[in-house]
Amino acid sequence: MKVAYWPGCVSRGFTTELHGSMELIAERMGIELVTLDRANCCGAGVIAEHNQELADTLNARTFALAQQTGLGMMNICSTCQGAQSECQQRLDADSAYRAHINEALAGQGLEYVKGKDGFANKNFLWLLVEDYGLDKLSELVTRPLSGLRVGPFYGCYVVRPKDRLGYEEHPERDLYLEKVIEALGGEVVEYDGARKCCGFPIITMNRETSLRQAGTHVGDALDAGADCLVTPCPLCHLNLDMQQPEAAKVVNRDLDLAVLHLPQLVGLALGFEPKQLGMSRHIASTDWVRERLEAGAPA
Amino acid sequence: MAEYTLKVRRYQPESGEGPYWEEFKVDLDPSLSVLDGILQAKDRDDGSLSVRCSCRAAICGSCGMKVNGSSTLACKTQIGHAQEQASKFANATQSGARTGAEDTAIVVEPMGNMPVIKDLITDMESTHWEKVRRVTPWLLPAGEPPEREYVVEPESMIDITQSMACIQCGACVSACLSMEADPDFIGPAALAKAYRFVGDPRDAETEERLHDLAHDPHGIYDCTHCFSCIDACPKGVAPMDQIMRLRRRAGEQGIEDPHNGHNHEAAFVKIIEKKGTLDEALLQQESYAPGVKGKLKPSKAAIEGLGKSLPTVLRAIRSGKARSLRKLIPGVHPKLPGGAQDEVKAIYKHAEEHREEFNIYIQGEEDLEPEPDEEEATA
Repeated sequence: MKVAYWPGCVSRGFTTELHGSMELIAERMGIELVTLDRANCCGAGVIAEHNQELADTLNARTFALAQQTGLGMMNICSTCQGAQSECQQRLDADSAYRAHINEALAGQGLEYVKGKDGFANKNFLWLLVEDYGLDKLSELVTRPLSGLRVGPFYGCYVVRPKDRLGYEEHPERDLYLEKVIEALGGEVVEYDGARKCCGFPIITMNRETSLRQAGTHVGDALDAGADCLVTPCPLCHLNLDMQQPEAAKVVNRDLDLAVLHLPQLVGLALGFEPKQLGMSRHIASTDWVRERLEAGAPA
Repeated sequence: MAEYTLKVRRYQPESGEGPYWEEFKVDLDPSLSVLDGILQAKDRDDGSLSVRCSCRAAICGSCGMKVNGSSTLACKTQIGHAQEQASKFANATQSGARTGAEDTAIVVEPMGNMPVIKDLITDMESTHWEKVRRVTPWLLPAGEPPEREYVVEPESMIDITQSMACIQCGACVSACLSMEADPDFIGPAALAKAYRFVGDPRDAETEERLHDLAHDPHGIYDCTHCFSCIDACPKGVAPMDQIMRLRRRAGEQGIEDPHNGHNHEAAFVKIIEKKGTLDEALLQQESYAPGVKGKLKPSKAAIEGLGKSLPTVLRAIRSGKARSLRKLIPGVHPKLPGGAQDEVKAIYKHAEEHREEFNIYIQGEEDLEPEPDEEEATA
């Protein structure tokens, strides 16, 4: 399997362990990543808030770069997925609008063509379930996550709005994390926050509301008995992990829950060590996850 | 006809007891609505089961509630579809707690973010109507009223037809994840209503309205962009999109706010033009203290904001998460390689010239695959 790979900004910034672990597991899984190193930021909804056409054109450029490779496109960030899907929906809706956007790309020898070679942009989570296959993934598991209780945390941008994110064709996209956790041998923890908002987008605007959201979800997962959370969104990771000690102050309780990036969880089951997966760089300690895995491993 | 189980969250204040769950068996066609199911249970089993409803056709907006956790109109939700949703989540996991036949009941609850008056009836006064009044939901034109009607170009009103479609059902308020964390948030319904007047060409108080909503700590910059209201709205109003329009208009008017909302947006846009990908350190600095480089005149709010984020930064350095120059020093972040940055700049030039705002709700999606007979006709 070979994909046009868009790692996004945050996975190469404050969460380099995400990009690193994705590269590590891709090699083991036989997924060849053709990195779109000339591509630009998706705008994360913020550029669209300023000028919608600007966001649409920037993402049309990324799609056009991906289409040049002749491959399907993969991202590792729920926010990239949502922001890009939003632009793609508008671009695909109207040929005159698409032509207008493509005008800006013409000078660069680029064009976004609707549906070219069945073009799709998929988050790693979607690709894993729909294209790679959970059976194939299970076969690669060398260290089943037995006894590890994992709470899924999706990130808004891959669950809403339903009509934009391919739920008609793939109605179970909001259950894929559960399926992956089980395919890796782990146990799913159900708690209230799995499909709620981490609060990250307003961390600089309304810090308290933002951190209350993060703190509440982490607390709910702890109360439900989770050993860790897993998320396909590095922005959620920033609020749930990097800000966790601050969120604890806002919700006024102790929080200490490891938050794993999706490729890290997969990596653990494929036999990689936590350190190789950059788990020592997290703010919330991941030691407990390591201990649980060692305890769960057959003697 | 099929049999369904409705698991209804009930509450009677006069009983002195807390809320409880009660199951009702109903028997109806899958194409009928959850509201039809509730009314059947009320008719056959318990007349005291309380629900607010009137038109049963998604026009009056009375029967807002949560069905399987999703905020919606009960009259617009087919019971067969609700059953599919309930079963989907109940059978999702092998190890999850929610397994077993009894848990495939359709779960019906009163709306969220609102006090419950009785059973499925909520008090919308403090959480909805008061907030709608808060945004001055009437036209404020300038000067003397004209002798007859106001005359405007029909095209100039198209932009606000989406926000005018609101039926005040409260489903978006019920679904709002920001309001869950901050009950004072003005919220999706009232802000969508605010845009209905901000976008109205007859209104003369646009700047005043935007200034007010940008300065309110629970205003337009309190929305977390979670899309929850978009999925909940039964009329396609997409309240979050209207909130983003309010932010866009506020930005266009150059309205500064004390919550760094405008600064954050302006900094983000500028950084991508210069670097192509996000310089997180620079975004952090510029969101709180724009233009600090060279000028060094940070405001009180900037010092406070940066001060509060200091412990997080120190922890990130300690863990190794942010232990490199490009992550710590604003502006060190590299731009895109080999001329790609110039391509991004060219895009900025084109898009800032046009600023087109394509809205699928208004323009529709074109059907690119012609019907077979159409194809023949054009051949």
